[in-house]
Amino acid sequence: MEEKIKASVMDASKIRRALQRMTTEIIERNRNLKNLVIVGIRTRGIYLGKRISKLIKELEKVTIPVGVLDITLYRDDFSELETQHMVQKTEIDFSIAKKDILLVDDVLFTGRTIRAAMDSLFDLGRPQTIQLLVLIDRGHRELPIRADYVGKFLPTSRREIVQVRLKEIDDNDEVLITEPAEMK
Amino acid sequence: MTILDTAESLAEISTREVKKVPTLRGKTIINLFFEPSTRTLSSFELAAKRLSADTVNFTRQASSVAKGESLKDTVLNLEAMNPDAIVIRHSSAGAAHYIARFCKSHVINAGDGAHEHPTQALLDAFTIRQEKKSFKNLKVVIVGDILHSRVARSNIFLLSKLGAKIVLVGPPPLLPLEFKKFNAEIEFNFEKALAGVDVIMMLRIQLERQQKNLFPSIREYRNLFCLTAKRYGYAKKNAIIMHPGPINRGVEISDEMADSVQSVILKQVENGVAVRMAVLYLLLGGKEHETSD
Repeated sequence: MEEKIKASVMDASKIRRALQRMTTEIIERNRNLKNLVIVGIRTRGIYLGKRISKLIKELEKVTIPVGVLDITLYRDDFSELETQHMVQKTEIDFSIAKKDILLVDDVLFTGRTIRAAMDSLFDLGRPQTIQLLVLIDRGHRELPIRADYVGKFLPTSRREIVQVRLKEIDDNDEVLITEPAEMK
Repeated sequence: MTILDTAESLAEISTREVKKVPTLRGKTIINLFFEPSTRTLSSFELAAKRLSADTVNFTRQASSVAKGESLKDTVLNLEAMNPDAIVIRHSSAGAAHYIARFCKSHVINAGDGAHEHPTQALLDAFTIRQEKKSFKNLKVVIVGDILHSRVARSNIFLLSKLGAKIVLVGPPPLLPLEFKKFNAEIEFNFEKALAGVDVIMMLRIQLERQQKNLFPSIREYRNLFCLTAKRYGYAKKNAIIMHPGPINRGVEISDEMADSVQSVILKQVENGVAVRMAVLYLLLGGKEHETSD
């Protein structure tokens, strides 16, 4: 499906500042940083999570471990998917029992991914708390789910697509709004 | 290979406290086993259960097949209860393919006569990949009753496709020269075949065959084809020892070798669950209908 780029809403410096602001919010709200762990949702949540861990280390000299969560197996739309998603590894090398988890994803949309992520985490242990950090909240929630830390609120229409690009795997840091091109 | 990569991701689930993911919740899988099995049956059952599917096991002895019901009728009757997949092991080659023709559910071949045992080859390949990383030019020797072995056939097809070099070893009556057509070399001298080998795959010698005079005696078989520590010395350093099970200790493999550090026999069993989870997930976790051979 061809996509048409409608707008670029965040560039590299805006993304950096948003992450910095959210990091200070995290530090402010979490008195016991030693109990905090970061779990990034594949794929871009991982890179955002790692950047946050690095920022926390620079400011507070505490190392926050980062784990990787693949939620493919917990999706609620399996039988409706046209093509199967490749399931990849969940790699959380530490125990999450009694920990304060900071769940990180790039875009918060319907909320179903986060629901699946929480189900997955509960199969791995019983955390003390779960907080959610997203770079973009684009509205259109279908479940009662909200983020604790938001990089940017971005009102969108349903047919628009929000794409977060990160230099770790894309060409550069950018947040784009795209739209499927008109079918001829 | 997608199946092996998926298996790698799913393997982690079996090491958790809560060994379950909700992926195939509500799906029904029927295990239709007309031949006995320890590993394959429990492996498929656990694989299905860990993906939250429901399983029903059907074994020949406890069924109406004893009353003379045909395979086709058995399958049609079970299908009437709406399963999503049927895993079948049968003594006739082509059984899985046969039922797939009239079955609405997905069909998985868990061994059909002497023809194929695809999931065994997949878990063997997965195990080899774990230990040896690459298949290109890997030297594999398969030893034993090749003629009657579906494990051998499936492995020959799969491993040669992946780029490995295969040498088959066994007593001549159990190793027909026709197998050269399958891209494998044939060698009747075990020591000679072991030179430079990375993977040693032993097959169970079926002692019933001895009654049919396909080999002179168990003692002679052991003298010529048993994997002993001395023979292992001819292979490449760190060669891995594999066996699909069940093993005849002291016949095709010595106790020392079966329990050695280079033996990955138990790893194969562990990997069997992950590989079968991958097969079930890939077949049932989507929209398309296809048969898996």
